[in-house]
Amino acid sequence: MTDILFRLARLIDPASDVDIVADLLVRDGKILDRGTNLGKPDSATVIDGRDLVLAPGLVDMRVGIGEPGFEYRETIKSAGKAAVSSGITSLAVLPDSLPAVDDPAIARLLRARGEETGAISIYPYGALTRACAGQEMAELGLLREAGAVAFTDGRKALADSRLMRRALSYARGFGARVVQHPEDPSLAEGGSATEGELATRLGLPGIPAAAEAIMVARDIRLAQLTGGAIHFAHVSTSEAIELIRRAKQAGIDVTCDTAPPYFDLNEQAIGDFRTYAKLSPPLRPESDRVAIVAGLADGTIDAIASDHQPRDADDKRYPFAQASAGGAGLATLLGVTLAQVHNGSLSLAAAIGLLTHRPAAVLGLEAGTLAIGAAADLCLFHPQSIWKVEAGKLPGKAQNTPFDGRALEGRVLGTWKRGQRVFG
Amino acid sequence: MSYPHRHLLAIEGLYPPAIQHLLDLAESYVSLNRSGTTQRDLLRGRTLINLFFEDSTRTRTSFELAGKRLGADVINMSVATSSVNKGETLLDTAATLNAMHCDLLVVRHGQSGAANLLAQKVGASVINAGDGTHEHPTQALLDALTIRRRKGTLEGLQVAICGDVLHSRVARSNIHLLGAMGARVRLVGPRTLIPAEIARMGVEVTYDMREGLAGADIVMMLRLQRERMAGGLIPSAREYFRFWGLDRDKLAFAKPDALVMHPGPMNRGVEIDSAVADDPERSVIAEQVEMGVAVRMAVLDTLANNATAFNQNAVSLNEGGA
Repeated sequence: MTDILFRLARLIDPASDVDIVADLLVRDGKILDRGTNLGKPDSATVIDGRDLVLAPGLVDMRVGIGEPGFEYRETIKSAGKAAVSSGITSLAVLPDSLPAVDDPAIARLLRARGEETGAISIYPYGALTRACAGQEMAELGLLREAGAVAFTDGRKALADSRLMRRALSYARGFGARVVQHPEDPSLAEGGSATEGELATRLGLPGIPAAAEAIMVARDIRLAQLTGGAIHFAHVSTSEAIELIRRAKQAGIDVTCDTAPPYFDLNEQAIGDFRTYAKLSPPLRPESDRVAIVAGLADGTIDAIASDHQPRDADDKRYPFAQASAGGAGLATLLGVTLAQVHNGSLSLAAAIGLLTHRPAAVLGLEAGTLAIGAAADLCLFHPQSIWKVEAGKLPGKAQNTPFDGRALEGRVLGTWKRGQRVFG
Repeated sequence: MSYPHRHLLAIEGLYPPAIQHLLDLAESYVSLNRSGTTQRDLLRGRTLINLFFEDSTRTRTSFELAGKRLGADVINMSVATSSVNKGETLLDTAATLNAMHCDLLVVRHGQSGAANLLAQKVGASVINAGDGTHEHPTQALLDALTIRRRKGTLEGLQVAICGDVLHSRVARSNIHLLGAMGARVRLVGPRTLIPAEIARMGVEVTYDMREGLAGADIVMMLRLQRERMAGGLIPSAREYFRFWGLDRDKLAFAKPDALVMHPGPMNRGVEIDSAVADDPERSVIAEQVEMGVAVRMAVLDTLANNATAFNQNAVSLNEGGA
């Protein structure tokens, strides 16, 4: 494997608080050195990094993939193509597949399938309950041994308070975090949009925003009771952010992520029943979107994850309430996040941190850094280069983007996995 | 073009002149219908399909009669829906309808937005005959025509819409139409049946019939679906009738010449007392049915004309229109 020398790129490594224009040298799939005026080894390939940002390969901590069970929507291979186009080299994959990842063999299989691509690492979540059905605890210990990075029932909230208490307590013994889809299922049942003026006008069954806050409040209390570690996925309301902010101040082991639709769009994107804007949780009013941006800026939110949920056209060609919820998010993860940099809400280093070492820290992954000796998972992008999101033309299989037609600033020019160029 | 749209999917988004046009045209059909001199060849050679995914005898019959009076070929299709089929049937049916070259498509469906979805997929002009809890535009038009004929105008009238607003597409269409035409709307019902933030649609909200009916020129009752009791939204039919059912005592709070309306079919003894429903001095429920045919004739006539114009101008079939 030849050496690669990146010359004069803006190196951003939030894990070590580095943001400098310098060189970076890769050898044998690892970062050998970084600094100014590095000597060029004879055989090295030189990549001109002027005006470009060199960041760690992104760590996407919440990805749904169709494999196994829904390959017509997305496979690991097709998801990998979409991921590397956005600079993502590590994916934490949800366990609510068919079958669910409630058996160690499936967790091992997913890891291996990721390695086969040569482009991405797959970090499987283990099912929190058998078949993600919310009834009996899954074999958390065996799943952990098989490489499960944390435990969750995916798109379903674990409703049973007693089971959640036990799961938090038991998972703690294996040093694993429990990830919750924070939405009270009985309040949310049958709903397809956030309760309020828009849902009322369109005659759509509503889900009150309180469904999220109620679950967040309960689980914070259970984390406190058990000493367990809780993570809330795709947090979308101001009330939930405030609860998490206070819990963190109180020293409770709580973390959370959000997804680009919740800081880039509001419920108006539904327009006249646009099913590609049907997500779970549903899009929120503008005031919640603003609160999510504030939560990113002040550090309350630990990570931005794509919450990629591949759907094919037929899944979405229904009247709104019957259409499947979820949006494709891999290919747009970096671009939509950078919009918050361009509008001044986040520094570039903070944005990269939310996409790399901070999610890696939540899940305990060795990824998301440009440290010397680390695997050379790299993302080289031009922060101002403009492109337009077009459903039907995105890399990968899933085209159900809620951002169709959105112009984005920030284009990935190259992605490397352990020193191998896998995109660009 | 006074009504510049290809479809009639909702009242929301229609400008007052478009509503005015439909009401004026409907008015002329009332006289023609009464004198039995309707032009029977206006829609000759056009195909009207009544596509009903939900049972509805009166709306379907009303559209059928309207189509036949104008000379259209009318076909009724009732599609039984099961939870397994869901919306698949909707788009499969759209493909079938396109192959049949249907001109006017009247659709009723249990899901909000179903008419919008169909309008994107078929070549025909689509008339929403009720989609979920979203809109039922021809019902609002016939209500407005009934009121206008009795009261002379809609402007400045106080209208109370009472009952299960949460599940009512009739209420939503009426709120938009009455507001656009200058009437003041007040909603009355139990808190569990009034949807969130509906006041932002420009209406007053109250939960008490005495308050809601005070000074009302029009009392519009909504049908209460029996299954709402099972859903825990209200405890029982008798309790509902006690507090929100329209009887003579409650009607006494309205103006002495207030008119009573109901979109039908009525649950007598639940949302309305027979003594009120059958009172010829107050109830205009039968007249609403008559106006329904005239309004639907006006809509079919207008959309058929527009389709010709739109096709000549080669406007995209996907042009939404409200």
